[in-house]
Amino acid sequence: MEAALKETKAVTKEISGADLLVRALEKENVEVIFGYPGGAVLPIYDKLYDSKILHVLPRHEQGGIHAAEGYARISGKPGVVIATSGPGATNIITGIADAMMDSLPLVIFTGQVATGVIGTDAFQEADILGITTPITKYNYQVREIKDIPRIIKEAFYIATSGRPGPVVIDFPKDLAAGFLQEPELADPEMRLPGYQPTTEPNYLQVRKLSEAVSKAKKPVILAGAGILHAKASALLKEYAEKQNIPVVHTLLGLGGFPAGHELFLGMAGMHGCYTANMALYHCDLLINIGARFDDRLTGNLQHFAPKATVAHIDIDPAEIGKNVATQIPVVGDAREALKQLQKLDGKPPQQQEWLETLGAWKNDYPFYYEENDVLKPQKVMELLYEKTAGEAIVVTDVGQHQMWAAQYYPFKTADRWVTSGGLGTMGFGLPASIGAQLADPEATVIAVLGDGGFQMSTQELAVIAEFQLPIKIAIFNNKALGMVRQWQEFFYQERYSHSKNPVQPSFVKLADAYGIKGYEIHSEAEAHTILNEVLHDNEPVLLDFRIDGAENVYPMIAPGKGIHEMVGVRK
Amino acid sequence: MKRIITITVLNRPGVLNRITNLFTKRNYNIESISVGLTELEGVSRMTCVVHVENDGMVEQITKQLNKQIDVLKVADISDQAIVARELALVKVPVLPQNRAEIYSLIEPFRASVIDVSKDSIIIQLTGETEKIEAFIELIKPYGIRELARTGTTAFPRGNQRTSQQKTYSFV
Ligand SMILES: Cc1ncc(C[n+]2csc(CCOP(=O)(O)OP(=O)(O)O)c2C)c(N)n1
Repeated sequence: MEAALKETKAVTKEISGADLLVRALEKENVEVIFGYPGGAVLPIYDKLYDSKILHVLPRHEQGGIHAAEGYARISGKPGVVIATSGPGATNIITGIADAMMDSLPLVIFTGQVATGVIGTDAFQEADILGITTPITKYNYQVREIKDIPRIIKEAFYIATSGRPGPVVIDFPKDLAAGFLQEPELADPEMRLPGYQPTTEPNYLQVRKLSEAVSKAKKPVILAGAGILHAKASALLKEYAEKQNIPVVHTLLGLGGFPAGHELFLGMAGMHGCYTANMALYHCDLLINIGARFDDRLTGNLQHFAPKATVAHIDIDPAEIGKNVATQIPVVGDAREALKQLQKLDGKPPQQQEWLETLGAWKNDYPFYYEENDVLKPQKVMELLYEKTAGEAIVVTDVGQHQMWAAQYYPFKTADRWVTSGGLGTMGFGLPASIGAQLADPEATVIAVLGDGGFQMSTQELAVIAEFQLPIKIAIFNNKALGMVRQWQEFFYQERYSHSKNPVQPSFVKLADAYGIKGYEIHSEAEAHTILNEVLHDNEPVLLDFRIDGAENVYPMIAPGKGIHEMVGVRK
Repeated sequence: MKRIITITVLNRPGVLNRITNLFTKRNYNIESISVGLTELEGVSRMTCVVHVENDGMVEQITKQLNKQIDVLKVADISDQAIVARELALVKVPVLPQNRAEIYSLIEPFRASVIDVSKDSIIIQLTGETEKIEAFIELIKPYGIRELARTGTTAFPRGNQRTSQQKTYSFV
């Protein structure tokens, strides 16, 4: 009798909601959590105290979620975020929207007030389900403790499969603190009857594409970040080489195809290069692989690829035909589609003339800038490239410096580039570089920032100092909100309304206050010396590059103009 | 043009919010949306009447809806043989001198009077939207005190099933 009692007790041992959460994270092999504690998540934090998972405390929740995005982009694994209810949760909204736009897998836990007071405007209550619905792939509110393992399993699956994206789990405090009296749960079964992402493309469509390739005279591949998410860069290279088809990248896709390759035409779009944009304009077959025809890429849709048959390979059927009419739709994973294309072994196109034209353009219209006695941002990027042998991870903020980084750091390999493309979030760069460095501790990580964006997340220097992350913080200091200033120069008669920063701290002293080395760099010669000195140090450093404040990003397609109407293409 | 889209969804917290949010987010123009339980436990069905400019837009709406995790099925049933109904309740003031006239309108529409008070009646009417609108036009001159409409709910006739999702070239 006594023995029997003991036995039942052993199986029905109590387990708390927070315990279930931490166990589920361990089961998903989570290595790092970016989180910030508060009242509603205290039960969870109490459990994390005993967990082996690394916890990184950003100095603002927004920094935490951007760090998780940087981590996800470089590691290919989901970024995990915890924020408390109310203000903690609302502080991460920008990052959720950013991850949604750029298809980054995140699993986000927000604390919530206890179930009994939800809906009463309780202290630190905010309707996070309501707020995050339009900017998440999916969201949950935990209603019963027993559902926790299943919800977390589903959340990781949804975040990482199909087209990746952020998933929010809103976690009422009483359910984290509460106990389950039941025997330990076996592996939970997912209940997602409405979610079956298509990965295997339709053979007939792929064959149609292969036939179109054989008939084309001016084919071009537009490679987006879908290539990176699908880990398909090697396949892309094989296919492009086999059929001799040139490749253009989107901003987010950079690295998917090796930049030095003779078939590589460069980045297209608003600040893309002449050859890439003209290739999109003149092509007769456009093969979009994993890009979403964003307006910053296409320019005025009327003039986008006007003569082309459009084929679009995308894991998200809703992207196909959304912005550009598509004759050959291929729903599926880029990797699977490329594999099928390879197998079909279609006849290559007759594109010799086309390749010659493109080659001539490449030769005649490279990116250019004019040198004077002031330090040029493009020169700084070139130096960074040269001195890291083009092998660094480059993380950017948003603005002119972001475009110079995209133009002057030609990536040789995939997953070395982290930038906020879809939402264009200032304040993204510095925290995202933290996540990138944690994902790849051996890599040289350069955070390329504007002086404006840096000041939106300066506080995260504390994290860099705390973990001694050897990030090279390169501030492209033009003492202005440069991209805004550029638009005001071009389109608002040089009326620089609130775009010139009147007051700026000493960034070097600021770094020093955090115990981080810093240098002000005024000339190319200084840049040489200091970069040689610091780039290979295993410690963080802040480099305040005093660049030419009048410099603009070229070429440029003015808003509303067609992709062939670039200005500033040539000296 | 007007399209009728039916959406079968898992009846989970927030699902209605997710669907209506999608319409707002993507700037779709909905005329009506009605929701209710179905023959399957835990499964609800929504019927949306939307106004679109072209076929491409319906295709986009359908795909965006399909992408939602809780959505089991989406169908644009506008081109099928369907039965579509909505219900309207109309409160109309009645005076002794026009009572007979008002009642004479009710009968041809197969509407019914479901509440009578001293100076007003409530009329219940079911049918396709056009019929409801025609009735409202006729009754308007007598003064409508209150009007409530459920929005259209619809499904295909006979042995066609809603599950015959409109197919696009790539599916
Ligand atoms: C959060 C946020 N606010 C405003 C903007 C609009 N914006 C885009 S670029 C830019 C200027 C950025 O200035 P800075 O960080 O100094 O970089 P620069 O352009 O000078 O390289 C602004 C204000 C934005 N993208 N994000």
